[in-house]
Amino acid sequence: MSAEFDQKIHNTLADANLQLAIYTATARLKEHRIQNVDPGVLPDYQELRTQANTIKKHAIENLDHYLEEFERNVVAHGGKVVYCKDGTEVSDFILALAKERNAHLIVKSKSMTTEEIDLNERLEHHGLESVETDLGEYILQLAHERPYHIVAPALHKTRYDVADIFTDRLKVPREVVIEKQTAIARGVLREKFLAADIGISGANFLVADSGAIVLVENEGNARLTTSAPKIHIAVAGIEKIIPRAQDLATFLKLLARSATGQSLSVYTSFLSGPRREGEIDGPDEFYVVLLDNGRTKLLPDRSKRQSLYCIRCGACLNTCPVYRKIGGHSFPWVYSGPIGAIITPQFMGAGHEPGLPFASSLCGACGEVCPVKIDIPKILLELRSDVKKSELREKQNRLERLAFRAFAWLMTHPRLYEMAGSMAAAVAPSDGRWIRTVPAPMNLGPVKAWLSQRDLPPPPAKSFRQMWRQR
Amino acid sequence: MSRDHILHRVRTAVGRSAGQPAADPPPVRIRIPSVDLESRIASMLARVEALAGKAYRSDDPRGFVESAIAGKTAVASNAPYLVECGITSLPGVRSGITDRAELRELCAKSDVGITCADYALADTGSLVMLSSPQEARMISLLPPAHIAVVPRERLLTGLDELFSILPRPAEQTSSMVLITGPSRTADIEQILVRGVHGPGQITVVVV
Amino acid sequence: MGKRVSLFVTCMVDQLFPKVGMAMARVIEELGYQVDFPEDQTCCGQPAFNSGYRGEARIVARYFLDTFESAECIVVPSGSCTAMIVHHFAELFHKEPETLARVHDLEKRVWEFSTFLTEVARVEDVGARMDDVVTFHDGCHALRELGVRDAPRRLLANVRGLELREMKPAEECCGFGGTFSVKFAELSGAMANTKIQAILGTGARTVVSLDPSCLMQIQGALSRAGSDIRTMHLAEVLVSR
Repeated sequence: MSAEFDQKIHNTLADANLQLAIYTATARLKEHRIQNVDPGVLPDYQELRTQANTIKKHAIENLDHYLEEFERNVVAHGGKVVYCKDGTEVSDFILALAKERNAHLIVKSKSMTTEEIDLNERLEHHGLESVETDLGEYILQLAHERPYHIVAPALHKTRYDVADIFTDRLKVPREVVIEKQTAIARGVLREKFLAADIGISGANFLVADSGAIVLVENEGNARLTTSAPKIHIAVAGIEKIIPRAQDLATFLKLLARSATGQSLSVYTSFLSGPRREGEIDGPDEFYVVLLDNGRTKLLPDRSKRQSLYCIRCGACLNTCPVYRKIGGHSFPWVYSGPIGAIITPQFMGAGHEPGLPFASSLCGACGEVCPVKIDIPKILLELRSDVKKSELREKQNRLERLAFRAFAWLMTHPRLYEMAGSMAAAVAPSDGRWIRTVPAPMNLGPVKAWLSQRDLPPPPAKSFRQMWRQR
Repeated sequence: MSRDHILHRVRTAVGRSAGQPAADPPPVRIRIPSVDLESRIASMLARVEALAGKAYRSDDPRGFVESAIAGKTAVASNAPYLVECGITSLPGVRSGITDRAELRELCAKSDVGITCADYALADTGSLVMLSSPQEARMISLLPPAHIAVVPRERLLTGLDELFSILPRPAEQTSSMVLITGPSRTADIEQILVRGVHGPGQITVVVV
Repeated sequence: MGKRVSLFVTCMVDQLFPKVGMAMARVIEELGYQVDFPEDQTCCGQPAFNSGYRGEARIVARYFLDTFESAECIVVPSGSCTAMIVHHFAELFHKEPETLARVHDLEKRVWEFSTFLTEVARVEDVGARMDDVVTFHDGCHALRELGVRDAPRRLLANVRGLELREMKPAEECCGFGGTFSVKFAELSGAMANTKIQAILGTGARTVVSLDPSCLMQIQGALSRAGSDIRTMHLAEVLVSR
């Protein structure tokens, strides 16, 4: 792994306050999810997961068809679809539109896809004001930080951190009471909503047979973002497609429960096109930006393409013992946790952070909680194999490869394997107790790494096969 | 144009050609439980209360709303039901507005927004609101309190029934919103705060 | 099913925890089985597979197939090694139909120890006695890849004098993860410490598991912390009288 990855992990592990914040927040989300997918509460849970996986598989395998159907229906309802291959094309489109409409103020609801392409930075670079309206995202925007978690972006911030940020950036008197902090944000953002020229949202789902987007939220900021300004732009990855509105009867039962344990989030919006004739409010213009940004790179691999089924619930993060220790900022990209670990190498290339697929004990808890049944451990193993193949080609990490070649050779020569075992046992110090330290010449590599954290087992006087022979 | 480029990449990746029909999708999964009206009403009331909303049954919606909004300013939607039962003519209630800017300004100033509901979902305690000339979006969004009057025959069992009755919501409206409890966040230290951007107080009256 | 059982003790038990293998053999023999130990056995190849070295893993897996060709019923004192054989061998040979057929045949003959007892031998009470307060650690491979949760608990419930207390939180990884334990040592150690906290919370004196690798991680961390809580493989508990 890179030294940077190693350092970030170390720093997070060493920060006791952060450890507590991550652990308690994810524990709560994890517990709520467990309670609300319990067979007593949601008897169909496993069936729904299977159905969701089957629908997503079908949608991805016929993605071009559904994208075109989606587009036709958006247009039929008075909207427009813009396909963008990367963040530059997205911001070019928005900037051109803003210029045409003389728009300066943008309000944004939470969207990991827009984080992925650093949309705010791009727009601000060109002189637009783009304000995050989800409370957690707003706090992070003021602090110039990336989200810490897919669903709970400011997980790592205490009320005192928030007080500091607000005082510093909003020039308000210091306030540490959370309800009052929320009220401050509400006041500032309300003005922005009502004055904004453009509202930018993401989309939890793109519904092909309706030309509609679905937005799932608890605060009401997404509703305001998509209802108050005259222009609404939704930015979504092409993989968000589901075939039919009726499929929401499956997905909506899984999404909020998996994310926070709620049966449904407070607001679930199904939006298609600008306001219709006679409707009193709503936007006059409706755009859906369909983003590739590397998704078509994941598509060809029949196994790994299931990474695109993700509905961004965050359940895998909340259950992952690794995420719950190293937190969101240790990950090299905006997506963290198990889903981040499998899509980052596929989007950014394995070399971006070669250690990432290995930063897992393969416990499988993520796959168990994924509402769309992505086999995350399987993909991690495939990515590990990809890294080693690439190292073979690049002639990297030769010592390790040699060690595993020796391993394979030893394990197919039983007498030599037995001899190696006896030699190791003879050399190792032992008085029957677990080993805390070894002499310096032996304190290398894996032995040193192991001993840095825990004791080693004492080698037994006889191996099993020796004991068996002497029975 | 990126459109053709992206679609081409997609087709190549999944092994399909332009214009090729899609394989049959898996059948839609809609399972509507059989729940009698009384049980649906009881479930709706219990669920809304569990979400920290307030829920009531009433035979006198006008009287109920009158005491609920006493001393407060309110804006009501143009739903025919609200007009018929006299809610829109209560003192302190402004209604009948069709201009977007005027309505928004009014909603931003009002204490309470009063709407009907197109449907309600008994198993989750949700209101279903479709944007229309009768029901504007802002009324259930801007004021800090929201009162929804729900005629009982509109109370469905849940999502499955909703999407069975309304398989293509986009044909009816630009916006269908499911509202499940008051606006909330737990973004700071996972401490729950209500009324962030949407209404912090929600009252459901089943009539 | 015939009455012959072949032991695949795993390289870890062979070299580091031989008493686990002896205990397992004894338990199975006392149920009336004839137990043999194919001497050519070594390893299932999991370390190579998990590290991304599929070619090397394939070599070891092929050797395993040959070594256990004629074994009717193979019992393994490890959830992770069993899962490697029954779930991942097939992934190594998808380009070799004939070998793949042998793998699918092998999959039917391999049993994790506690599952062997409850589903093949069909026993839940092996006559064991151990006066102790224990807690059970669900190793992730046994739990999630093999679906083993109840079998070891039913077996423990019938051990006379034994009180079983469940950990809270339950079903969390001990942090071993094979080479993960040394590649990400500090992180692995942190996960082990969280596991120890859960163990301490039960007041148990002994931690029981199906996986020697988990036991090595947990015992190593307990020992480092100066605790006298001990770890035992299920086989060692069941052989206690």
